[in-house]
Amino acid sequence: MDIKILGPGCSRCASLEKEVINALAEMDVTADVKKVKDIQEIMSYKIMSTPALVVNGKVKVAGKVPKREEIKRYIKEELA
Amino acid sequence: MFILRLINDQLLKMQWLSELVRSLTENVFGLDISTRLGGSIHFFVYDIIKIFILLTVLIYLVSYIQSYFPPERTRAILGRFRGITGNALGALLGTITPFCSCSSIPLFIGFTSAGLPLGVTFSFLLSSPFVDLASMVLLASIFNWKIAIVYVVVGVVLAIIGGTIISKMKLEQYVAPFVFHQEVSEFEEGTVMTRRERMTYAWDQVTDIVKRIWVYIVIGVAIGAAIHNWIPAELISTLLGQDKWYSVLLATAIGIPMYADIFGALPIAEALVYKGVGVGTVLAFMMAVTAISPPSLIMLNQVVKSKLMAVFVSVVIVGIIIIGYILNGFNTLLI
Repeated sequence: MDIKILGPGCSRCASLEKEVINALAEMDVTADVKKVKDIQEIMSYKIMSTPALVVNGKVKVAGKVPKREEIKRYIKEELA
Repeated sequence: MFILRLINDQLLKMQWLSELVRSLTENVFGLDISTRLGGSIHFFVYDIIKIFILLTVLIYLVSYIQSYFPPERTRAILGRFRGITGNALGALLGTITPFCSCSSIPLFIGFTSAGLPLGVTFSFLLSSPFVDLASMVLLASIFNWKIAIVYVVVGVVLAIIGGTIISKMKLEQYVAPFVFHQEVSEFEEGTVMTRRERMTYAWDQVTDIVKRIWVYIVIGVAIGAAIHNWIPAELISTLLGQDKWYSVLLATAIGIPMYADIFGALPIAEALVYKGVGVGTVLAFMMAVTAISPPSLIMLNQVVKSKLMAVFVSVVIVGIIIIGYILNGFNTLLI
């Protein structure tokens, strides 16, 4: 699984990354988690607010830090 | 009128809380609040509790309204207007669209690539960090409604004028070229939130924002308490007194490098007004703290050249200083 966290490096991006890593650990799923800070690459996902969570190339959420349960749901969607 | 005054004094200014904290300070700590230490403790405890209560309620309400205006929709609305109407609408929508400095770049690109005039985008970027409903109600709580309304009006006017100047100067060439070619998604009207989702969203915003800014508030209140009781009034009036021609300049210069939320700047402003500093000087300080935040400028600099940044920053600073002097002229009417 390929997970990207989009954000120019604000505190909310850091908390999203932490939540994703915790969610993955609790679900016992391995994934390649990458932080994307380059603005052009971030914009290539056509979002208008950060942080954003991208799982397997699909934008799951933008502009907020979702709850851990919500993150797990997005991961599950991609596992199925 | 009695009912209105009761609501204003008890709900907004929370006089019951002031009384409660006073009796706590006097009976539990055994300190008279007219003493320095007692006064500081009273200011600190009362202000922190008051700001957090108001903040929670206000952010909840504001976020609920904001859930109707995601950035995509704001952009769609703004795309229909040109000229000064666009700037005015940009400034007004800036006050209600959810925004955090970490989103300023994607938002800037999203607006610009959709063909919005640069000036309209800047009107939006200008008004969104420092004019919003929450700060208006807090100003009304700490000072009065006159000051609150004046703050919002001058803030919106500054955003409109600033954006218009940027439009007139034709600065598009100073924006990184890729910004204009970036594809962005259209707003999908299909994704309508339910009432429950809006409530969850609003509550999430409350916890998220409080988590992010509580430190600024505690620091702000602590500085406010120190100004209130420990710094001699003569020192403050020498530096920022109304009779000093340089007071607004100095307040703006102190405010610019400070990076704090408006809610952290408010208790400092409160203490300064009690010490007799002019309303214009204090509001100039608050605007300088919130409107120009170094982290947000550094990020914005990735997509616009320094010349455009310089124009933007100078317009804001000059605007704040002018507002400060004008409001100081009306000081007696406002307090």
